[in-house]
Amino acid sequence: MKELSLNVLDITKNSVKAGATLIDISLVEVGSLLTLTITDNGCGMKPEVVETVMNPFYTTRTTRKVGMGVPLLMLAAEQTGGGVTIESRHKEEHPENHGTVVTATFHTDHIDFTPIGDLVSTMETLIMGSPEIDFTFTHDMNGHRVELDTRQLREVLGEVPLDSYEIIQWIGDFLREQYQPAE
Amino acid sequence: MKSLAELAAIRDKMKDKVVLREGTSDTRIVVGMATCGIAAGARPVLSAFVEGVNNAGLNSTVTVSQTGCIGICQYEPVVEVFQAGKEKVTYVKMTAEKAAKVIEEHIKGGKVVEEYTYTYATKA
Ligand SMILES: Nc1ncnc2c1ncn2[C@@H]1O[C@H](COP(=O)(O)OP(=O)(O)O)[C@@H](O)[C@H]1O
Ligand code: FES
Ligand SMILES: [Mg+2]
Repeated sequence: MKELSLNVLDITKNSVKAGATLIDISLVEVGSLLTLTITDNGCGMKPEVVETVMNPFYTTRTTRKVGMGVPLLMLAAEQTGGGVTIESRHKEEHPENHGTVVTATFHTDHIDFTPIGDLVSTMETLIMGSPEIDFTFTHDMNGHRVELDTRQLREVLGEVPLDSYEIIQWIGDFLREQYQPAE
Repeated sequence: MKSLAELAAIRDKMKDKVVLREGTSDTRIVVGMATCGIAAGARPVLSAFVEGVNNAGLNSTVTVSQTGCIGICQYEPVVEVFQAGKEKVTYVKMTAEKAAKVIEEHIKGGKVVEEYTYTYATKA
Protein backbone atom coordinates (compact mmCIF):
# COMPACT_ATOMS: atom_id res chain seq x y z
CA MET A 1 0.00 0.00 0.00
CA LYS A 2 1.21 3.50 -0.82
CA GLU A 3 -0.02 4.97 2.44
CA LEU A 4 -0.57 3.49 5.89
CA SER A 5 -3.99 5.16 5.87
CA LEU A 6 -4.95 2.69 3.12
CA ASN A 7 -3.97 -0.24 5.35
CA VAL A 8 -6.10 1.35 8.08
CA LEU A 9 -9.04 1.52 5.67
CA ASP A 10 -8.56 -2.07 4.54
CA ILE A 11 -8.05 -3.57 8.02
CA THR A 12 -11.01 -1.66 9.42
CA LYS A 13 -13.16 -3.11 6.65
CA ASN A 14 -12.44 -6.53 8.21
CA SER A 15 -14.11 -5.25 11.38
CA VAL A 16 -17.06 -4.03 9.32
CA LYS A 17 -17.36 -7.44 7.65
CA ALA A 18 -17.19 -9.08 11.09
CA GLY A 19 -20.45 -7.34 11.97
CA ALA A 20 -19.00 -4.83 14.44
CA THR A 21 -21.27 -2.07 15.70
CA LEU A 22 -18.45 -0.09 17.30
CA ILE A 23 -14.94 0.24 15.92
CA ASP A 24 -12.12 2.17 17.55
CA ILE A 25 -9.17 3.32 15.47
CA SER A 26 -6.26 4.69 17.41
CA LEU A 27 -2.87 5.93 16.28
CA VAL A 28 -0.44 7.01 18.95
CA GLU A 29 2.94 8.48 18.11
CA VAL A 30 5.48 8.73 20.89
CA GLY A 31 8.78 9.91 19.51
CA SER A 32 9.43 7.71 16.50
CA LEU A 33 7.23 4.85 17.67
CA LEU A 34 3.79 4.67 16.08
CA THR A 35 1.21 2.27 17.49
CA LEU A 36 -1.91 1.60 15.44
CA THR A 37 -4.73 -0.21 17.23
CA ILE A 38 -8.03 -1.21 15.64
CA THR A 39 -10.55 -2.62 18.12
CA ASP A 40 -13.94 -4.00 17.19
CA ASN A 41 -16.87 -5.80 18.77
CA GLY A 42 -17.47 -8.03 15.75
CA CYS A 43 -17.77 -11.82 15.65
CA GLY A 44 -14.10 -12.42 16.42
CA MET A 45 -11.94 -15.31 15.24
CA LYS A 46 -11.01 -18.65 16.69
CA PRO A 47 -7.31 -19.01 17.56
CA GLU A 48 -6.62 -21.29 14.59
CA VAL A 49 -8.15 -18.71 12.25
CA VAL A 50 -5.91 -15.98 13.65
CA GLU A 51 -2.98 -18.31 13.01
CA THR A 52 -4.01 -18.84 9.39
CA VAL A 53 -4.71 -15.19 8.76
CA MET A 54 -1.23 -14.23 9.93
CA ASN A 55 0.52 -17.03 8.01
CA PRO A 56 -1.54 -17.41 4.84
CA PHE A 57 1.26 -18.98 2.81
CA TYR A 58 2.41 -21.53 5.36
CA THR A 59 -0.95 -22.89 6.26
CA THR A 60 -1.92 -26.47 5.55
CA ARG A 61 -5.53 -25.48 5.01
CA THR A 62 -6.16 -24.96 1.35
CA THR A 63 -9.93 -24.57 1.46
CA ARG A 64 -9.66 -21.08 2.82
CA LYS A 65 -9.31 -18.18 0.38
CA VAL A 66 -6.07 -16.37 1.13
CA GLY A 67 -6.59 -12.79 2.20
CA MET A 68 -3.88 -10.19 1.63
CA GLY A 69 -5.04 -7.45 4.00
CA VAL A 70 -3.42 -8.64 7.21
CA PRO A 71 -0.20 -9.82 5.48
CA LEU A 72 0.17 -6.37 3.86
CA LEU A 73 -0.18 -4.68 7.25
CA MET A 74 2.39 -7.09 8.70
CA LEU A 75 4.76 -6.29 5.85
CA ALA A 76 4.37 -2.54 6.38
CA ALA A 77 5.04 -2.90 10.12
CA GLU A 78 7.81 -5.49 9.97
CA GLN A 79 9.80 -3.67 7.33
CA THR A 80 10.26 -0.83 9.85
CA GLY A 81 11.31 -3.22 12.63
CA GLY A 82 7.83 -3.26 14.16
CA GLY A 83 5.16 -5.93 14.04
CA VAL A 84 1.53 -6.95 14.26
CA THR A 85 -0.38 -8.79 16.97
CA ILE A 86 -4.00 -9.93 16.81
CA GLU A 87 -6.06 -10.71 19.88
CA SER A 88 -9.47 -12.10 19.19
CA ARG A 89 -12.39 -13.56 21.10
CA HIS A 90 -14.78 -15.56 18.97
CA LYS A 91 -18.47 -15.20 19.67
CA GLU A 92 -18.91 -18.95 20.29
CA GLU A 93 -16.49 -18.98 23.21
CA HIS A 94 -17.20 -15.41 24.28
CA PRO A 95 -20.85 -14.70 23.59
CA GLU A 96 -20.84 -11.70 25.90
CA ASN A 97 -17.69 -9.87 24.85
CA HIS A 98 -16.44 -10.99 21.48
CA GLY A 99 -14.31 -8.95 19.15
CA THR A 100 -10.86 -8.35 17.77
CA VAL A 101 -7.93 -6.09 18.53
CA VAL A 102 -5.32 -5.63 15.82
CA THR A 103 -2.20 -3.84 16.98
CA ALA A 104 0.62 -2.76 14.68
CA THR A 105 3.79 -0.95 15.64
CA PHE A 106 6.01 1.05 13.31
CA HIS A 107 9.32 2.82 13.65
CA THR A 108 8.59 6.04 11.80
CA ASP A 109 12.28 6.94 11.53
CA HIS A 110 13.01 3.76 9.57
CA ILE A 111 13.78 4.25 5.89
CA ASP A 112 11.09 1.73 4.93
CA PHE A 113 8.32 3.42 6.90
CA THR A 114 5.32 4.05 4.63
CA PRO A 115 3.96 7.58 5.10
CA ILE A 116 0.73 7.73 7.12
CA GLY A 117 -1.06 9.58 4.33
CA ASP A 118 -4.63 10.81 4.29
CA LEU A 119 -6.36 9.44 7.40
CA VAL A 120 -9.18 11.96 6.98
CA SER A 121 -10.08 10.44 3.64
CA THR A 122 -9.95 6.98 5.21
CA MET A 123 -12.40 8.04 7.93
CA GLU A 124 -14.71 9.66 5.38
CA THR A 125 -14.67 6.50 3.28
CA LEU A 126 -15.39 4.25 6.27
CA ILE A 127 -18.27 6.36 7.52
CA MET A 128 -19.77 6.69 4.02
CA GLY A 129 -19.50 2.94 3.56
CA SER A 130 -21.03 2.02 6.93
CA PRO A 131 -23.09 4.92 8.25
CA GLU A 132 -24.84 2.64 10.74
CA ILE A 133 -21.60 1.68 12.51
CA ASP A 134 -20.10 3.85 15.22
CA PHE A 135 -16.46 4.83 14.83
CA THR A 136 -14.16 6.39 17.34
CA PHE A 137 -10.91 7.77 15.97
CA THR A 138 -7.91 9.17 17.78
CA HIS A 139 -4.58 10.25 16.35
CA ASP A 140 -2.17 11.39 19.03
CA MET A 141 0.99 12.96 17.64
CA ASN A 142 3.27 13.40 20.62
CA GLY A 143 0.47 15.09 22.55
CA HIS A 144 -1.36 16.82 19.67
CA ARG A 145 -4.66 14.93 19.53
CA VAL A 146 -7.13 14.63 16.70
CA GLU A 147 -10.41 12.99 17.68
CA LEU A 148 -13.75 11.93 16.29
CA ASP A 149 -16.63 10.01 17.86
CA THR A 150 -19.60 9.35 15.59
CA ARG A 151 -21.80 8.63 18.64
CA GLN A 152 -21.52 12.32 19.55
CA LEU A 153 -22.42 13.34 16.00
CA ARG A 154 -25.38 10.97 16.00
CA GLU A 155 -26.75 12.64 19.13
CA VAL A 156 -26.88 15.91 17.21
CA LEU A 157 -28.03 14.40 13.93
CA GLY A 158 -30.97 12.36 15.14
CA GLU A 159 -32.37 10.44 12.17
CA VAL A 160 -30.28 12.30 9.58
CA PRO A 161 -27.83 9.64 8.30
CA LEU A 162 -24.09 10.11 8.68
CA ASP A 163 -23.46 9.37 5.01
CA SER A 164 -25.22 12.46 3.65
CA TYR A 165 -22.76 14.38 1.49
CA GLU A 166 -22.93 17.52 3.64
CA ILE A 167 -22.31 15.55 6.83
CA ILE A 168 -19.31 13.72 5.38
CA GLN A 169 -17.93 17.09 4.24
CA TRP A 170 -18.39 18.45 7.75
CA ILE A 171 -16.63 15.43 9.27
CA GLY A 172 -13.72 15.86 6.85
CA ASP A 173 -13.39 19.57 7.64
CA PHE A 174 -13.75 18.87 11.36
CA LEU A 175 -10.81 16.44 11.27
CA ARG A 176 -8.67 18.52 8.91
CA GLU A 177 -9.04 21.54 11.18
CA GLN A 178 -7.83 19.52 14.12
CA TYR A 179 -4.73 18.48 12.17
CA GLN A 180 -3.79 22.08 11.61
CA PRO A 181 -1.35 23.33 14.25
CA ALA A 182 -2.89 25.88 16.62
CA GLU A 183 -2.47 29.45 15.37
CA MET B 1 -13.35 25.76 14.62
CA LYS B 2 -16.11 23.42 13.41
CA SER B 3 -18.77 23.19 16.06
CA LEU B 4 -21.60 20.80 16.80
CA ALA B 5 -23.93 23.80 16.46
CA GLU B 6 -22.87 24.04 12.82
CA LEU B 7 -23.61 20.33 12.43
CA ALA B 8 -27.08 20.92 13.90
CA ALA B 9 -27.67 23.62 11.28
CA ILE B 10 -26.71 21.21 8.50
CA ARG B 11 -29.06 18.63 10.03
CA ASP B 12 -31.98 21.04 9.89
CA LYS B 13 -31.29 21.79 6.23
CA MET B 14 -30.97 18.06 5.49
CA LYS B 15 -34.19 16.94 7.10
CA ASP B 16 -36.36 17.58 4.05
CA LYS B 17 -33.86 15.99 1.70
CA VAL B 18 -33.80 12.76 3.67
CA VAL B 19 -37.26 11.95 2.38
CA LEU B 20 -36.04 12.33 -1.20
CA ARG B 21 -33.34 9.73 -0.63
CA GLU B 22 -35.94 7.10 0.18
CA GLY B 23 -36.87 6.74 -3.48
CA THR B 24 -35.00 4.11 -5.48
CA SER B 25 -32.14 5.57 -7.45
CA ASP B 26 -32.10 5.39 -11.21
CA THR B 27 -28.35 4.91 -11.21
CA ARG B 28 -26.08 3.01 -8.86
CA ILE B 29 -22.31 3.47 -9.04
CA VAL B 30 -20.45 0.76 -7.13
CA VAL B 31 -16.73 0.96 -6.39
CA GLY B 32 -14.75 -2.21 -5.56
CA MET B 33 -13.01 -1.64 -2.25
CA ALA B 34 -11.43 -4.99 -1.39
CA THR B 35 -7.73 -5.02 -0.49
CA CYS B 36 -6.65 -5.12 -4.14
CA GLY B 37 -8.99 -2.27 -5.07
CA ILE B 38 -7.77 -0.10 -2.21
CA ALA B 39 -4.14 -0.88 -3.06
CA ALA B 40 -4.73 0.03 -6.70
CA GLY B 41 -6.23 3.44 -5.85
CA ALA B 42 -9.97 2.92 -5.29
CA ARG B 43 -10.22 5.45 -2.46
CA PRO B 44 -9.64 8.58 -4.59
CA VAL B 45 -11.83 7.08 -7.32
CA LEU B 46 -14.68 6.74 -4.83
CA SER B 47 -14.14 10.32 -3.61
CA ALA B 48 -14.19 11.58 -7.19
CA PHE B 49 -17.52 9.88 -7.88
CA VAL B 50 -19.08 11.10 -4.62
CA GLU B 51 -17.93 14.65 -5.28
CA GLY B 52 -18.77 14.58 -8.97
CA VAL B 53 -22.30 13.30 -8.37
CA ASN B 54 -22.87 15.95 -5.74
CA ASN B 55 -21.42 18.78 -7.85
CA ALA B 56 -23.64 17.74 -10.73
CA GLY B 57 -26.64 17.97 -8.39
CA LEU B 58 -27.51 14.30 -8.97
CA ASN B 59 -27.69 13.18 -5.33
CA SER B 60 -31.36 12.25 -5.49
CA THR B 61 -31.10 9.97 -8.53
CA VAL B 62 -27.57 8.57 -8.34
CA THR B 63 -26.07 6.62 -5.44
CA VAL B 64 -22.40 5.84 -5.00
CA SER B 65 -21.52 2.87 -2.85
CA GLN B 66 -18.66 0.57 -1.93
CA THR B 67 -18.41 -3.16 -2.34
CA GLY B 68 -15.78 -5.83 -1.72
CA CYS B 69 -14.23 -8.15 -4.27
CA ILE B 70 -15.50 -7.84 -7.85
CA GLY B 71 -13.22 -10.68 -8.94
CA ILE B 72 -10.93 -9.08 -11.51
CA CYS B 73 -7.90 -7.99 -9.43
CA GLN B 74 -5.62 -7.06 -12.30
CA TYR B 75 -8.17 -4.50 -13.55
CA GLU B 76 -8.63 -2.66 -10.25
CA PRO B 77 -9.81 -0.04 -9.43
CA VAL B 78 -13.07 -1.40 -10.82
CA VAL B 79 -16.35 0.52 -10.90
CA GLU B 80 -19.74 -0.89 -11.89
CA VAL B 81 -22.61 1.25 -13.11
CA PHE B 82 -26.15 -0.12 -12.80
CA GLN B 83 -29.00 1.70 -14.50
CA ALA B 84 -32.60 0.66 -14.59
CA GLY B 85 -33.41 -1.14 -17.83
CA LYS B 86 -29.80 -1.13 -19.04
CA GLU B 87 -26.99 -3.62 -18.99
CA LYS B 88 -24.37 -3.24 -16.26
CA VAL B 89 -21.26 -1.33 -17.34
CA THR B 90 -17.93 -2.30 -15.77
CA TYR B 91 -15.19 0.31 -15.84
CA VAL B 92 -11.63 -0.84 -15.16
CA LYS B 93 -8.29 0.68 -14.11
CA MET B 94 -10.12 3.76 -12.95
CA THR B 95 -8.62 7.03 -11.74
CA ALA B 96 -10.17 10.20 -10.35
CA GLU B 97 -9.76 11.84 -13.78
CA LYS B 98 -11.51 8.98 -15.54
CA ALA B 99 -14.28 9.18 -12.94
CA ALA B 100 -14.90 12.81 -13.86
CA LYS B 101 -15.23 11.83 -17.52
CA VAL B 102 -17.61 8.96 -16.71
CA ILE B 103 -19.84 11.35 -14.77
CA GLU B 104 -19.83 13.89 -17.57
CA GLU B 105 -20.37 11.56 -20.52
CA HIS B 106 -22.13 8.51 -19.08
CA ILE B 107 -24.00 9.58 -15.95
CA LYS B 108 -25.01 13.00 -17.24
CA GLY B 109 -24.78 12.44 -20.99
CA GLY B 110 -26.04 8.86 -21.19
CA LYS B 111 -23.12 7.70 -23.36
CA VAL B 112 -20.89 4.90 -22.04
CA VAL B 113 -17.15 5.75 -22.10
CA GLU B 114 -16.26 2.64 -24.09
CA GLU B 115 -12.48 2.87 -23.85
CA TYR B 116 -12.58 2.56 -20.05
CA THR B 117 -14.77 -0.54 -19.98
CA TYR B 118 -13.84 -4.12 -19.16
CA THR B 119 -15.24 -5.19 -22.51
CA TYR B 120 -12.88 -2.81 -24.29
CA ALA B 121 -9.87 -3.77 -22.13
CA THR B 122 -10.34 -7.49 -22.75
CA LYS B 123 -11.09 -7.21 -26.45
CA ALA B 124 -8.39 -9.00 -28.45
N1 LIG C 1 -11.54 -7.91 12.78
C1 LIG C 1 -11.82 -9.14 12.34
N2 LIG C 1 -12.87 -9.83 12.85
C2 LIG C 1 -13.17 -11.08 12.40
N3 LIG C 1 -12.47 -11.72 11.44
C3 LIG C 1 -11.42 -11.08 10.89
C4 LIG C 1 -11.03 -9.78 11.32
N4 LIG C 1 -9.94 -9.41 10.60
C5 LIG C 1 -9.66 -10.44 9.79
N5 LIG C 1 -10.54 -11.45 9.94
C6 LIG C 1 -10.55 -12.74 9.23
O1 LIG C 1 -9.34 -12.88 8.57
C7 LIG C 1 -9.53 -13.05 7.17
C8 LIG C 1 -8.37 -12.47 6.40
O2 LIG C 1 -8.36 -11.04 6.47
P1 LIG C 1 -7.56 -10.23 5.38
O3 LIG C 1 -6.12 -10.63 5.44
O4 LIG C 1 -7.85 -8.82 5.59
O5 LIG C 1 -8.13 -10.74 3.99
P2 LIG C 1 -9.64 -10.63 3.42
O6 LIG C 1 -10.29 -9.50 4.17
O7 LIG C 1 -9.46 -10.32 1.98
O8 LIG C 1 -10.27 -11.96 3.67
C9 LIG C 1 -10.88 -12.43 6.91
O9 LIG C 1 -11.48 -12.99 5.76
C10 LIG C 1 -11.64 -12.81 8.18
O10 LIG C 1 -12.10 -14.13 8.11
S1 FES D 1 -9.37 -9.90 -4.51
FE1 FES D 1 -9.00 -8.60 -6.19
S2 FES D 1 -10.91 -8.32 -7.14
FE2 FES D 1 -11.26 -9.68 -5.48
MG1 LIG E 1 -9.43 -7.66 4.65
